[in-house]
Amino acid sequence: MEHYTMNLTLKVWRQKNKKDKGSFETYTVSDISSEMSFLEMFDVLNERMVHEGKEPIAFDHDCREGICGMCSMYINGRPHGPWEGTTTCQLHMRAFKDGDTIVVEPWRANAFPVIKDLVVDRSAFDRIIQAGGYISVNTGNAVDANATPIEKNKADTSFAAAACIGCGACVAACKNSSALLFLSAKVSHLALLPQGGPERKTRVVDMIAQMDKEGFGSCTSTGACEAVCPKEIPITNIARLNAEYGHAGLTSDK
Amino acid sequence: MFKSNIPDGSLDKKWEDYKGHVKLVNPANKRSLEVIIIGTGLAGASAAASLGEMGYKVKAFCFQDSPRRAHSIAAQGGINAAKNYQNDGDSTFRLFYDTIKGGDYRSRESNVYRLAAVSASIIDQCVAQGVPFAREYGGLLSNRSFGGVQVQRTFYAAGQTGQQLLIGAYQALERQVALGTVEMFTRHEMLEIVIIDGKTRGIIARNLVTGELERHFGHAVLLASGGYGNVFYLSTNAMGSNVTAAWKAHKQGAYFGNPCFTQIHPTCIPVTGDHQSKLTLMSESLRNDGRIWVPKEKNDPRKPGEIPEAERDYYLERRYPAFGNLVPRDVASRAAKERCDAGYGVGTSKQAVYLDFATAIERYGKTECRKHGIDNPTAEDIRHHGVEVVKEKYGNLFDMYAKITGEDPYTTPMRIYPAVHYTMGGLWVDYELMTTIPGLYAMGEANFSDHGANRLGASALMQGLADGYFVIPYTIGNYLADEIRTKAIPTSHAAFEAAEKIVSERLSQLKNINGTQSPESFHKRLGKIMWDKCGMARNEAGLKEAIEEIRALKAEFWRDVRITGNIAEFNPELDKAGRVADFIELGELMCQDALMRRESCGGHFREEMQTEDGEAKRDDANFSFVAAWEYKSDSNWELHKEQLEFEVAHPSQRSYK
Repeated sequence: MEHYTMNLTLKVWRQKNKKDKGSFETYTVSDISSEMSFLEMFDVLNERMVHEGKEPIAFDHDCREGICGMCSMYINGRPHGPWEGTTTCQLHMRAFKDGDTIVVEPWRANAFPVIKDLVVDRSAFDRIIQAGGYISVNTGNAVDANATPIEKNKADTSFAAAACIGCGACVAACKNSSALLFLSAKVSHLALLPQGGPERKTRVVDMIAQMDKEGFGSCTSTGACEAVCPKEIPITNIARLNAEYGHAGLTSDK
Repeated sequence: MFKSNIPDGSLDKKWEDYKGHVKLVNPANKRSLEVIIIGTGLAGASAAASLGEMGYKVKAFCFQDSPRRAHSIAAQGGINAAKNYQNDGDSTFRLFYDTIKGGDYRSRESNVYRLAAVSASIIDQCVAQGVPFAREYGGLLSNRSFGGVQVQRTFYAAGQTGQQLLIGAYQALERQVALGTVEMFTRHEMLEIVIIDGKTRGIIARNLVTGELERHFGHAVLLASGGYGNVFYLSTNAMGSNVTAAWKAHKQGAYFGNPCFTQIHPTCIPVTGDHQSKLTLMSESLRNDGRIWVPKEKNDPRKPGEIPEAERDYYLERRYPAFGNLVPRDVASRAAKERCDAGYGVGTSKQAVYLDFATAIERYGKTECRKHGIDNPTAEDIRHHGVEVVKEKYGNLFDMYAKITGEDPYTTPMRIYPAVHYTMGGLWVDYELMTTIPGLYAMGEANFSDHGANRLGASALMQGLADGYFVIPYTIGNYLADEIRTKAIPTSHAAFEAAEKIVSERLSQLKNINGTQSPESFHKRLGKIMWDKCGMARNEAGLKEAIEEIRALKAEFWRDVRITGNIAEFNPELDKAGRVADFIELGELMCQDALMRRESCGGHFREEMQTEDGEAKRDDANFSFVAAWEYKSDSNWELHKEQLEFEVAHPSQRSYK
């Protein structure tokens, strides 16, 4: 791989706090190596700004290996930028060329208010999990791990859904800011396992009620969520969620 | 209280006996006992969930925006448990013995035995929570073997075991939040502990969104704040991983155990330049099939494919013909550093060596061709089939490598280099996980741990969950049973007032320096000192230099750091500055500890203490102890020694020949 350096123009959303209106600011960066990660390019810019006595751009990030789900930039109109199946922190600068202009915004959704610049509040996701995204088993209650065999296919599909990192890209990509891919991934993860059986009906109903309460929009099956998901969580999870929801409604004991 | 409090009795009965006689707290009293937990990784989240379920009033804190983001999430390989599902001779004793030996006889027998004893329950608990571990076609759990161990005891979920375990614990935690037993404080950072009449009674935390300082009371405080690998700046840790909570506790009287014990993992994606912010691990399993080499010529400008076989130096195979590329982690790491320091490194930075799969692809390809009955296969046939085998074994790792480097490891060798991965040292704790401050506990990577001088693969996840699910729920009762008459202390108490004042004055002091250099630039400089002089190989002269350099860096930091923005707002620069200030102080203590320990053991390699063929030379006569450092004043510590007694696993020299 030949490495190169580039000069870029960045248009970055700056917003002092939740109440501030916010606006785009333009920056130029030079001698950016194609070997850098996208966030390292931001590090370079921020270091320069600190040096100049200006306030650096706030952005969320932590593990920088694509698994914690903290990074969250909307890059050139796409959550996590141009590469498929990739988080912002794993996006590398060889995705760009000399002279490019890159527009960077925070996730845009009523349920994800901006805290500062590119940092948003995703605590709504935690509250959706609190509504039922778990199996009610206290520590010490468990039977032997091999007491319940689980069909390999189901375990694998459950795992694929549980791989969701809760970053919120699905919400950011959705024209209605629906959280249904996130929610369906959790419902699928637990519904596919026998351990999740006893709470199947209440879980899906309660989690959807919480999602509505948080101000997320409705799903229109456009598929934008699946297209941008850095963990490539399939939209078939939403179909499974619909089935679970229907089943819960039709067979409710209450 | 510097007493290990190991229960009497034979090793295999200690924990059972302890549980049978430990004090209990009745359910009604639990409701009025408050517990603060710092950190929500595997140890913190599992403890918060378990204590909440028991009825305690829990407050949990994390600096991330959600407890699910703690860095336990990034663990790849797996979690050990002595289940013996494979019928291959595993047992609690074998897991205990492997862990003690792997730690090079620098850990406490009783704690390690307990760890092994509760390991099986962890797997049961996780499966009950819905953790989707890998399974066989019969529907039962799958195992694999790890790091030199002779049994298959590692449970895993693809390369995302840490993620799945953490999500299990996170969901259990959120369930308690919903039920009201746990109150969760995200984007909060603990900046001081509050001690009243010699007991830990609360914390001062900063709300990282508003910048406000908050006072929180607790009958006990649990630190589960992770390791301190970021003292090296570059490591496989997350960007936010820090030592601040543990360090504040240390400065208030909690001894720090074995600070110099750090694990450096041999196979990570190397640094590409000064812009590098973090390092990514490539699973060690790759060394089963990859051959490590550098050019025989210094500063060779050619691409790897242009260097003929005769001009390559397979230095591990040359130096260690018996083990070759499968020498232990520390040996492999040091050998790579030696070659690069001598000028034979590859890649842009010259701080890397090749890990080459060409031989493996050819070998597998030939076997496959035979299997498929292809007579006289062409080189293309062989390669095609060989690549398929390698893809099946390591596909996800090759993909990750390609994404980061832009190079195709199927056609060109990987470039790898060692990186800081885990810290075995941490706050000293007794058998009950209590630090030397009454009412203050440390769990998971934050304590000096069960791993001695070197941690085995797949054991960190085991320890974090053991502490949180199965140890602290019992041991904390022994302390809280005597606290049932202690009413919640109002946070208007003078001790809270004083602690908050210390924090706010420190923040103002930092902010008012108004210097010229960023916190990040100081962190980078500290990391370079630590890596060069307290990294993979250490010697007396280097450590002494490092201590002087760190002291100078500290003075410069407090004279010239520049923090933009304000205190009373969301300000990552301020957060970072506070963490870097603590890392600088810790760095000095690590060097002091490494200087004191004139032996080589596990990940701690003193160049003066090695055998003729470069192996670590342990000194059991003089150093069979845990170094527990007491903070006295600035740059001044007193060493306390906890002698290690080995009643069952008798120390022997580890040999890899």
